[in-house]
Amino acid sequence: MSARDAIFKRLRERTDGPLTPPACDFSVVTNRGWSRTERLERFERLITSVHGEVIHAPSGDWTRRLVEVLAAKSIKRLALGREHPIAVEAREALKAADVELVDVDRDIETWQREQFERVDAGLTSTSGGIAETGSLWLWPTPDEPRLISLVPPIHIAVLDAESIEDTFFDVIEAHGWAQGMPTNALLISGPSKTADIEQTLAYGVHGPRELVVLLRHAAAQETSA
Amino acid sequence: MSMQDDAVQTFTPRDFHRQAHDALGNPQIRANFRKAMDGLMTKRHDSFGDWDLETLRELGANIRMRALAKLPELLEQLEANCQANGIQVHWAEDGEEACRIIRELCEARGAKAVIKGKSMVSEEMHLNEHLEAAGIEALESDLGEYLVQLNQQTPSHIIMPAIHLNTDEISDILHDKTGTERTRDVDYMTAAARSQLRERFMAADVGISGVNFAVAETGTLCLVENEGNGRMTTAVPPMHIAVTGIEKVVEHLRDVPPLYALLSRSATGQHVTTYFNMISGPRKAQEHDGPQAVHLVLVDNGRSRIYQDDELLDTLRCIRCGACMNHCPVYTRVGGHTYGTTYPGPIGSILMPHMLGLEDTKDLPSASSLCGACGEVCPVKIPIPDLLVRLRREAVGEGRGNVPGAGVKRNKKEVAAWKSFQWLATHPGAWRSGTAMAGKLNMLMPSKLGSWTDHRTAPKPAKTTLHALIKRHRKQRSDV
Amino acid sequence: MAPVKLYPPKPDKVYFYGTCLVDIFFPQAGLDAIRLLEREGIEVIFPDDQTCCGQPAYTSGYQTEAREVARSQLGLFEQDWPIIVPSGSCGGMMHTHYPQLFAGTKDEALAKAVAGRVFELTEFLVHVCRLKLEDRGEPEKVAMHTSCSARREMGLAETGPMLLSKLGQVELMEQERAAECCGFGGTFAVRHPEISAAMVEDKTQAIEATGAKRFVTSDCGCLMNIGGRFEHQEKTLTGEHIASYLWRRSS
Repeated sequence: MSARDAIFKRLRERTDGPLTPPACDFSVVTNRGWSRTERLERFERLITSVHGEVIHAPSGDWTRRLVEVLAAKSIKRLALGREHPIAVEAREALKAADVELVDVDRDIETWQREQFERVDAGLTSTSGGIAETGSLWLWPTPDEPRLISLVPPIHIAVLDAESIEDTFFDVIEAHGWAQGMPTNALLISGPSKTADIEQTLAYGVHGPRELVVLLRHAAAQETSA
Repeated sequence: MSMQDDAVQTFTPRDFHRQAHDALGNPQIRANFRKAMDGLMTKRHDSFGDWDLETLRELGANIRMRALAKLPELLEQLEANCQANGIQVHWAEDGEEACRIIRELCEARGAKAVIKGKSMVSEEMHLNEHLEAAGIEALESDLGEYLVQLNQQTPSHIIMPAIHLNTDEISDILHDKTGTERTRDVDYMTAAARSQLRERFMAADVGISGVNFAVAETGTLCLVENEGNGRMTTAVPPMHIAVTGIEKVVEHLRDVPPLYALLSRSATGQHVTTYFNMISGPRKAQEHDGPQAVHLVLVDNGRSRIYQDDELLDTLRCIRCGACMNHCPVYTRVGGHTYGTTYPGPIGSILMPHMLGLEDTKDLPSASSLCGACGEVCPVKIPIPDLLVRLRREAVGEGRGNVPGAGVKRNKKEVAAWKSFQWLATHPGAWRSGTAMAGKLNMLMPSKLGSWTDHRTAPKPAKTTLHALIKRHRKQRSDV
Repeated sequence: MAPVKLYPPKPDKVYFYGTCLVDIFFPQAGLDAIRLLEREGIEVIFPDDQTCCGQPAYTSGYQTEAREVARSQLGLFEQDWPIIVPSGSCGGMMHTHYPQLFAGTKDEALAKAVAGRVFELTEFLVHVCRLKLEDRGEPEKVAMHTSCSARREMGLAETGPMLLSKLGQVELMEQERAAECCGFGGTFAVRHPEISAAMVEDKTQAIEATGAKRFVTSDCGCLMNIGGRFEHQEKTLTGEHIASYLWRRSS
């Protein structure tokens, strides 16, 4: 008998007989009822509490903030996508800047060492945010592969304020994740960190040591926010 | 004891008493654990601040119970959905078989270097030793695991493997093994490990990780981490092998958020970890990174035996957060290595006997004052104290015999003692005269009571028992 | 975690279950508990045939012996009166484990009925008697150790401190890691004496650091352990069962 068959046989012929599955009430992880302001406040408070940096920007002018961030952090080589509107706008805005744009729509095998050693930052879009935990959620694509948010020492993520939802549970339900998952789905909450040396926090142990969230506000809400 | 002695020391659950004696006498170990556990308890407490924790624990317990109630169906569904996603699924009866499967997968690719994310199941089956013996280098990439591996040790905690080491000891290890400067600068040490391991990620042929939750309905493997080494391990090398116990399956994707909320807060007091990584297949044709092949190895190793018994079943709800050890007054004092098992502390004491047998682990279930702190904090409400008592019963042959080595601790002397206790306590007349006599002659308790009186005075039977006092009291009252 | 419990109105009569440790080592605590109850106008019935709840055998895994001892106690409480136990540990055994111990046996219903009537002493004084105390003692600083069984098995972390707060002259001192076990654990102290000793050492240090000259507890196992440690070190800090302390200061 194969291991598989033997295991299933034991599980199916359980000594104490079949089990009754209990009902599960999920209300404790949903129905937060936060206002837009509470959501934003909470998102920012929590992601900054774990060393994430939030920079607010008007939607129409966000690339100006991007340029400022790149300058402030001396980012000379920026990896980014090509098709996503964020990448399109960023590429347009950075034409004149003293920043080398690194294409990421290449198989990693052709440029692994370059990615590990010669990229200062990765720029990605995000699919949304989670207010409860101060998290970003990303479904990496061929245009913005998964390692862009992981390997370079700085990750710059662009997030629209209106895409922040209350809880992780709400995101999974609202976006029908169970109907089809991508190869890789990610929640990111702050830069890479460890406390393995005597409980002392250190950032950037394997992934980015900095996470910058460019939080875009649509014009209408801008004054109220 | 110097660190060099520590490094070569091996631990076994058979020597629990001796190992506990050594740890209790080691001020460094005592201080390291006390400091770490105090911090973790406070952080956990604070992180649940605004939550209805009892309702969340109830949900966590029910989600895990539902998964176990449907375990065979969910495993079939997981297998089918993983396969549909392009993940190849393998089954292993025990650790040895799982090691063989993984070694053969590595060999088939001609792999020489393996990089590992944190996986307690791989510790449970001694995967690293197995791969090394076959000429395949297995390097741990979680910082704590890396340090422990450099120091030729095993993890002393399931979440924080190097919690037994302090900053100076870690500095020495990195200096001795990798040539870094001696320093107390944690950022420097972290950066050094980062650059050492980055080369190894690039060079690795295979990445091996564990799994926190395996979602049946979508064929998704979830990994919880802070460092990013889990993402590196599962995304950089051309092949990813995930290895996990068969009990890690959950039914729905929506089951994940409550368990994740419980896990991150219970484990380290974080409201969320840095990364939550959900993998549902290898790199697709148009994608540019990620492994070309993903394998899932599902390991039984005693779990299906635990599954047979309604009471023991609760053990399998565990989501491996480590809160039970963080809150255990015994673990805090003796540290993780003392247990001599992959999983130390309360969860280890109710899990390891099933994996190793009670012959080797008979001292573990009794190594608890049954204070209940573990059960109180368990995010999925495993009644750990009740299970410790159940295993004590099994050890003395008073259980159902559903644990390997059941009855190994039964001996005539102890049985006779408890039979005498039973006789006395069920014969009230004899009890009254016996206890009254004890007080008068002070004979029940000799002034030396072995190790009790090494640290405390012996309890002295009162001159008059409560029975006798009450007789007098009643008389006084009726006289008034 | 103990489920929410509904408390009955103050009854005319109660049973008192002294426990074996009180019977043999701390009888005065039992008598003082009875006096406190009697002062509240409650008639206290002490079934003479009581011995031990069976817990030592139970936690050692000797289920058969524990069940036989427990069975011999089940018949002591014929009337529908509350059963007062001056110990969270024995109270927890009777309240929580008796129903499990007799599940599926002919005594299951009786065990459940008895378990449902078991109250730990401080719980009963607070929630049923709504005890009022007039403190006649000198001003004093005192530390309290609530047993793990009372705290966690019976969910009674607060009742002891609440009673002490009714003593106007008594200052309850906060100790570090108050919720941590003292290391007694019944046969644990015998099977793992060195670990137990390390635990009680930390507990005595924490109590001493409060500056209190006295500690009280509602469990005689903890009292024997912590008090025995202080005495062994020849410290002047002494311990007392909370029943004796309350009685002594208010009589």
